[in-house]
Amino acid sequence: MEREKILEARIGEWRTYLRRRQAIHPVDVDELEDHLRTQVKTLGEAGLDSDEAFLVAVKRLGDLDSLSREFAREHSERLWKQLVVSPAAGEPLSAGNREAMMAVGLAVAASIAVKLPELFGLKIAGPQADTSFYARNFSLFVLPFLAGYFAWKRGLERLGLYRLAAPFVAAALVVNLLPFQPNGHTEVLAALHLPIVLWLAVGFAYVGGHWRDHDQRMNFVRFSGEWFIYYSLIGFGGGVLMACTEAVFKAIGIEVDAFLQTWVLPCGIVGAVLVAGWLVEAKQSVIENMAPVLTRLFTPLFAAMLLVFLATMIWTGSGIDVAREVLISFDLLLVLVLGLLLYSISARDPQARPGVFDKLQLLLVIGALLVDAFALWAIAARITEFGFTPNRVAALGENLILLVNLGWSAVLYSRFLGKRTSFAPLERWQTIYLPVYGAWAGVVVVIFPILFGFR
Amino acid sequence: MNISKDLVAASATPLVLAILSEGESYGYAILKRISELSGHELQWTDGMLYPLLHRLERNGHVEATWGESETGRRRKYYRLTQQGVEELASQQRQWQIVDSTLRGIWFTTVDAVTQGY
Repeated sequence: MEREKILEARIGEWRTYLRRRQAIHPVDVDELEDHLRTQVKTLGEAGLDSDEAFLVAVKRLGDLDSLSREFAREHSERLWKQLVVSPAAGEPLSAGNREAMMAVGLAVAASIAVKLPELFGLKIAGPQADTSFYARNFSLFVLPFLAGYFAWKRGLERLGLYRLAAPFVAAALVVNLLPFQPNGHTEVLAALHLPIVLWLAVGFAYVGGHWRDHDQRMNFVRFSGEWFIYYSLIGFGGGVLMACTEAVFKAIGIEVDAFLQTWVLPCGIVGAVLVAGWLVEAKQSVIENMAPVLTRLFTPLFAAMLLVFLATMIWTGSGIDVAREVLISFDLLLVLVLGLLLYSISARDPQARPGVFDKLQLLLVIGALLVDAFALWAIAARITEFGFTPNRVAALGENLILLVNLGWSAVLYSRFLGKRTSFAPLERWQTIYLPVYGAWAGVVVVIFPILFGFR
Repeated sequence: MNISKDLVAASATPLVLAILSEGESYGYAILKRISELSGHELQWTDGMLYPLLHRLERNGHVEATWGESETGRRRKYYRLTQQGVEELASQQRQWQIVDSTLRGIWFTTVDAVTQGY
């Protein structure tokens, strides 16, 4: 009996070992296991004890490297990790299928939601389009569904559901009841910042309500990056599809432009949010994450760009022009740097020793800090000269928030490089800081309009 | 005697097809049969049979079904298809040509040796 158990344990180990081979699929492992067991049994009948029989049987199967090479030669497609959307033949209908149905169902629901206001005369596209209404509400048509998807998937409790619903309801009330001046500054700012607040609310659902858990927060950061990449890819594909559609219909003299603008585009934009979210969840363990790879690629390039920019600015002695577009591009640049920082942190093995890439990262952060400081200087000068406007204050706040994050990150990074601390504080600092973005975005959405009289 | 790797590999497909033409079988039994037929002269690394079976399956020479072994475990059985039968016939012809060619030349060389050239 004891021997049986040991044999089972050994076969179990062997199985797990075999499963790690990409070219050998679980069904093949089953087949090989059947072979192994028959061999062990035959050898046992010939007089070997189970231990010896196991060793001989494993040896006869051949060494794993050449075996998996042989499998790879036969099944070369397996070396490309496939995200199989439909379950493989012979496997039972998995939970994955149910999830796919849910995601697609919610995508359809979001598409309906975004088209619903048209029934009440609020045109989504065309000359009479109510851009002001759609700009304010757009994230409300889709993010509640994404949050709902995760609430369903994570099995959120009733209390968690109330907490999750609260920001969405509050947001809907604020953006629709406050007397915004159509297309005014505060309205544009609110439309830009609301998705940030609601994205964090999605995060609350993503982490299954455990928003205090810093590891979970980091997982949400990873999710966000991957989601962004998938969404961009889907968006790109959608764009190609629409362009083709328009072109072929034009060839037979039919204009489908209006149909594409009013139906395909809005439904595609909201539906893709859910599909991308589901894809990231489905492929989590199947495919290498892309965000860290892109981070590796672009960190040195961005660092170089920032340094060249700073050098040029100092050399020519020209200050930053504080037009609105310029401020926005600076904010975008800093957000990108922050993203690069965040994703390299999220993908880094905390145990690894400081390396060249960490030094590059520090260089990037310091470059961004200097640029941020210059931008802040320019904004502050503008404000003292011409007074407060919603745009300037929003830019000021964002730059300050990024400055604090990047500054402390730089301190932590240099401590880490100086081997005075581990990597963990850096990771922790980023996850601690996450709610700050949400809070500031919330202030811009709710307080700014009141403060600046809905201009 | 040690048979060269290339020769083992070349003879693998006709051997497996021929064994399956005797009836449905599975990996372990096929290997056992090969061992019996060759008087234990043909030695394979057991695991290598499976990628070969999968290739034959992909090419449509055999078809596979999951059944049960005598102990009730899942076991994959292979059966020759019509296409496999044809493939076996073609392989047989090819091997016969190789075989008769070799015999012919060996016969004359052996003759030559015995005649003392």
